[in-house]
Amino acid sequence: MAETLKFFLKKFLTVCLDILPIIVVIAFFQLFVLKAPFPNLQEALFGIFLVVLGLFIFIQGLESALFPIGEKMANQFALKGNAFWVIAFGFALGFSTTIAEPALTIIAQKAGNLAADAGAIKKEAESISEYVLGLRLTVAFSVGLAIALGVLRIIKGWSLVKLIIGGYCFVVFLTYFAPINIIGIAYDSGGITTSTITVPLVAALGIGLATAIRGRSPVLDGFGLIALASLNPVMFVMMYGIAIHGVR
Amino acid sequence: MEVLLDSLIGTVKDILPILIVIGFFQTVALKQKIPNLPQIAFGMVLVIVGLSIFLVGLEKGVFPVGIEMANQLSGSAFTGVSSDPTAAAGVSVDATKYIWVYVFAFLIGFATTLAEPALIAVALKAREISTGAISPWGLRIAVALGVAIGISLGTYRIVVGTPLYVYIISGYIFLVIQTFFSPKLFIPLAYDCGGVTTSTVTVPLVAALGIGLATNVPGRSPLIDGFGLIAFASLFPMITVLGYAKIAEIISNRGVTK
Repeated sequence: MAETLKFFLKKFLTVCLDILPIIVVIAFFQLFVLKAPFPNLQEALFGIFLVVLGLFIFIQGLESALFPIGEKMANQFALKGNAFWVIAFGFALGFSTTIAEPALTIIAQKAGNLAADAGAIKKEAESISEYVLGLRLTVAFSVGLAIALGVLRIIKGWSLVKLIIGGYCFVVFLTYFAPINIIGIAYDSGGITTSTITVPLVAALGIGLATAIRGRSPVLDGFGLIALASLNPVMFVMMYGIAIHGVR
Repeated sequence: MEVLLDSLIGTVKDILPILIVIGFFQTVALKQKIPNLPQIAFGMVLVIVGLSIFLVGLEKGVFPVGIEMANQLSGSAFTGVSSDPTAAAGVSVDATKYIWVYVFAFLIGFATTLAEPALIAVALKAREISTGAISPWGLRIAVALGVAIGISLGTYRIVVGTPLYVYIISGYIFLVIQTFFSPKLFIPLAYDCGGVTTSTVTVPLVAALGIGLATNVPGRSPLIDGFGLIAFASLFPMITVLGYAKIAEIISNRGVTK
């Protein structure tokens, strides 16, 4: 019992250390730069307590649920030896987690208003919501495709560097043609699609596959799914922009 | 309590599609039961509850202060730049007036990235499969430094008003060249670190910073110039992680030759 308690206490202190920099930065700016007393100090302290507690609980769950599921499914798929299903699983995972992503919904809505202001689509609620849905589907599809492609890469043993550099070249090429308003949104869309729950699951899936398939190294081949999932939306959003607004 | 419930419902909504996909593939494709189901189900509950509490804490304790601070630091009372909503787009602004914004962006980017749950997860995995060769703290500090530099440079870009793609494409070119000189073992991990950084903690704070700044700086539009900070925050960690890997390699090689 004492051992368990010690173990948990140690983990809890680690989490406190994770949060400490945020507290230091905010306190420094409030006291020395803005030279103002803390607004709602009590509420802020309570919030920080919740952050520490929540992160602590999340990390326990991470190690007992998200990692094992990803790895075990990767193992079972590898044993089954059917590439189709694992690629389909990658696509479904990428698509379903992205379409529900709240950050994407917010950004897509902003992009819709922007497109209406620029005169690319009609300034009516209906055509804006159509545009927003189209954008969300585009991003979700591109993330699904990216994870499916990444899984195929692990199976075939393709070089990640070539895929990524090829992708960058295509992004540069598209930037030249894409409407100026969509570029910022496109570049940002890469970063927002990978949420806190998706990342550990996808990482465990990739590493599990690379461990189970003979001739693949977990370090070299297991990573890379998230990289592809962050790059693909950039291209697809720009293509969506070109399709709707036309070439610059 | 009501906030907590809302947050809980939100997290369940986020995780539901994942559960459906996993359930479907387990029963239809794999035709197998999930091993250790009770343990995994309990872990899932921990993930949902933990993330919900974490998010409520952020919304209560960290975001209001951070957003208020970003507004004050870029506001005309602090910078002495009068915010003129009628200023022409692309008007040049004295960039030195916003020095505290860049410092704040750097420090808050660094601090929030260290607390990013997705990054903690990837760092744990990296240590596990490299049998300890990749240190979680080394990796996390390298990524946090990348986000810090990225956001700081991104806020500078908003103030100066240079087009976003100039920075991003230069960054890509730098990254591609750097890749050829980097230790192979680190490249896939470094590329993944770009997407990992911008999840729960960083995105809302950074978006507020960008939009607040673009609203306060004369001649900038929050709709066009407010975007782009997340792109910076996903590009620079790849560069710093590859840099960290190179330095680690040089140091360990020296140890060998001695």
